[in-house]
Amino acid sequence: MTTAKTINLNLKVWRQNGPKDKGRFEEYRASDISTDSSFLEMLDVVNEKLTIEGKEPIAFDHDCREGICGMCGTVINGRPHGPEKGTTLCQLHMRHFSDGDTIAIEPWRARAFKVIKDLVVDRSPLDKLIQTAGYISANAGGCPDGNAVPIPQEIAEKSMDAAACIGCGACVASCPNASAMLFVGAKVSHLGLLPQGKPEAAMRAISMVREMDRLGFGNCGNERECEAECPKEISITNIARLNREFFKASFFSSVM
Amino acid sequence: MQLDAKIPGGPLQDKWDRHRFELKLVNPANKRKYDIIVVGTGLAGGSAAATLAELGYNVKNFCIQDSPRRAHSIAAQGGINAAKNYQNDGDSVWRLFYDTVKGGDFRAREANVHRLAQESTNIIDQCVAQGVPFARDYGGLLSNRSFGGAQVSRTFYARGQTGQQLLLGAYSALSRQIGAGKVKMYPRREMLDLVIVNGKARGIIVRDLVTGKIESHSAHAVVLATGGYGNVFFLSTNAMASNVTAAYRAYKRGAVFANPCFTQIHPTCIPVHGDYQSKLTLMSESLRNDGRVWVPKDPKDKRAPADIPDSDRDYYLERKYPSFGNLVPRDVASRNAKEQCDAGKGVGDTQLAVYLDFADAIRRDGKDLIKSKYGNLFQMYEKITDQNPYETPMMIYPAVHYTMGGLWVDYNLMSSVEGLFVLGEANFSDHGANRLGASALMQGLADGYFVIPYTIGGYLAGESLDEVTDQHPAFTDHTKQAQERIDKLLSIKGKRTADDFHRELGGLMWDNCGMARNDKDLAMAKEKIRALKAEFWENVLIPGADKDFNQSLERAGRVADFLEFAEIMITDALARRESCGGHFNDAFQTEENEALRDDENFCHVSAWEYKGDDQDPEFIKEPLVFENVKLTQRSYK
Repeated sequence: MTTAKTINLNLKVWRQNGPKDKGRFEEYRASDISTDSSFLEMLDVVNEKLTIEGKEPIAFDHDCREGICGMCGTVINGRPHGPEKGTTLCQLHMRHFSDGDTIAIEPWRARAFKVIKDLVVDRSPLDKLIQTAGYISANAGGCPDGNAVPIPQEIAEKSMDAAACIGCGACVASCPNASAMLFVGAKVSHLGLLPQGKPEAAMRAISMVREMDRLGFGNCGNERECEAECPKEISITNIARLNREFFKASFFSSVM
Repeated sequence: MQLDAKIPGGPLQDKWDRHRFELKLVNPANKRKYDIIVVGTGLAGGSAAATLAELGYNVKNFCIQDSPRRAHSIAAQGGINAAKNYQNDGDSVWRLFYDTVKGGDFRAREANVHRLAQESTNIIDQCVAQGVPFARDYGGLLSNRSFGGAQVSRTFYARGQTGQQLLLGAYSALSRQIGAGKVKMYPRREMLDLVIVNGKARGIIVRDLVTGKIESHSAHAVVLATGGYGNVFFLSTNAMASNVTAAYRAYKRGAVFANPCFTQIHPTCIPVHGDYQSKLTLMSESLRNDGRVWVPKDPKDKRAPADIPDSDRDYYLERKYPSFGNLVPRDVASRNAKEQCDAGKGVGDTQLAVYLDFADAIRRDGKDLIKSKYGNLFQMYEKITDQNPYETPMMIYPAVHYTMGGLWVDYNLMSSVEGLFVLGEANFSDHGANRLGASALMQGLADGYFVIPYTIGGYLAGESLDEVTDQHPAFTDHTKQAQERIDKLLSIKGKRTADDFHRELGGLMWDNCGMARNDKDLAMAKEKIRALKAEFWENVLIPGADKDFNQSLERAGRVADFLEFAEIMITDALARRESCGGHFNDAFQTEENEALRDDENFCHVSAWEYKGDDQDPEFIKEPLVFENVKLTQRSYK
């Protein structure tokens, strides 16, 4: 490990009691924070102090703390998951901040995501998108041998690149239109690239796009903020693939 | 209480086929008359909920996170074992069975493990059909790598994110059933109690973590898939929300708990580096395919790793275990790391670390190949430690990772409470005293996709169950108890946070019930934990309100259960007068410091039955019978 040092920070944290509360920024001081600690561990330290002082700690979502569950995520100084590229909040370490910095911390802001409390939002619309068609219909049992259909390595790798999405919602939070196109594009690509996903590809693209509209997500305006902020660096080419699949399905399939 | 494992008769390889034939069936039209509760949405719970719904049952599925996709199975990195023998290197169902029984230090049931090995091949087919993008060779066929405790390559993987991809497979199958209305999903719910009516599990009490409302849910059967209890150690590789509460509540209602002292300490984790630390991060065992573990020969050697020539390094695993080398099972690798550090040869600031070195592999195969195999792991290591593992060896140290112990289940995965089934890490059945790498994913999915769909049907078809709704007095009573407990917790208004208690408990457990144990320290820890528990109930400070989103209250409830459960782990560790797998008592070791089993007196499952607060649980023995493998001293030399 590097030789740790400690820093002091000024935090401006969004506090909101519930979806109906107006919400406001409150200021806190984070003192003696080790630069080896993660951003969430810094919040832990602040929360322990608030608790001891008889105040209510800051509510924030988190779970695996190793960058894979997609549960954590807040906007740090205007950027989802903070300033480091390809990093979830739990993997953002305090060595990337300087002593005396002021850090603004806000929840994901999108029409489709309601604030539950402070930094915690309701991301269930992302689950609803998957429930619409983000799957391959294969009941357990009776599937052919795993090697029955060879899949070219580059196709499997491309599919895996898209499948790496952790469903954190940073793409929605970063988008000026609060669109979920990168999330949907990643799923349509992950499944549609594979031979097993082809039979339902047309239905998948059309249903997921329609559901996205229904849930209040906006459309893609080619701003590319999503790609820049995605902690798994999912490429915007997945949106292009989604558009191709959607048009193909709309014009040439019987799914409409 | 007597425990009957209900292992079917006949030759080992025919037991499961025969049992599946003999199990009663619920006809397709009748399945919709049954409601089944599944708690948990990891590999076991998610796959079970999806599959039971596919069959036609009405499923209510609960998870603690905001989405079923976030269960901690998602963090499994390295891979999943299956006896496909695609590599033509001598693998078979029998070999996977044998490796698993031996890896578990002969403390698992033969019949369960054999079934696991049989079903392993179906899992791969199932996952491929769902669109899991496993790694493939240039010809498009599935690729494999090696894992500890095996001399064949049978581990399937999706980069370093195998758990994520398998879980997303199960989650997509589950989502399809939610969309179809066959599964009703309840996210952000925490199970607080199990409801038993007329001796049978008929429902659960949960807290809605957003509103704080206590809810009752009734069903014809309850399936728990709530994971392991590794967070009793505070620092572990488990997710922050992983806890023992659901399993422990079931235990307090009569489900017996098996082998609680069998915990797995994983050898390759990023070392502890500060007292603010909230969790530990695993570096996949797959790294031991190419990484070489070493320490300096001389404890006084403080040179930078690159300046220490080969002649001054001790590649201790390769030296001591020439045939398995760096791929010895996890318990062996962990204990050896501890042994080196105890001898003063540890490296880094804290001297509680050993090197895992890729220099030879990079020289041999090139940086690009190593990057393609482990890129995301190397990146994760660099993010956390600020060191580049392509240029300097990783520093690693063992950390709590998995718990082999769990609620006792019979061959049908039913606990000692009728109608309560337990799957995945939450049960105890398949890994004995030590789990081999890439076997947890296999067990979770085997239980969910291919075992419970059969055995739960056999139970439901064989019972005539009364109508029980959530208005039954048992639900009202248990709801009241859950509410009283919450009120009590909030009323204490003491001076220490729940996290503070948890950290102290974890320290006690790690120091005294961790990688090596001895009677004196175990007994001392038991006393201290009792005192800590007493202090908790007088001095815990929980801010906020009950009917609200209150994460401090959630954590306090879990810590309260960990404080009680820790004592059972110690009781079990003290009672097992041998060393085996993850349970290493200093008093029982071979001359070469390996675990020394006592097959004559301890070839059994230790199950514990709740007998009331502040009373020791009652010991129940399930003897293990080995008809197909010979019990030997495990040798990886």
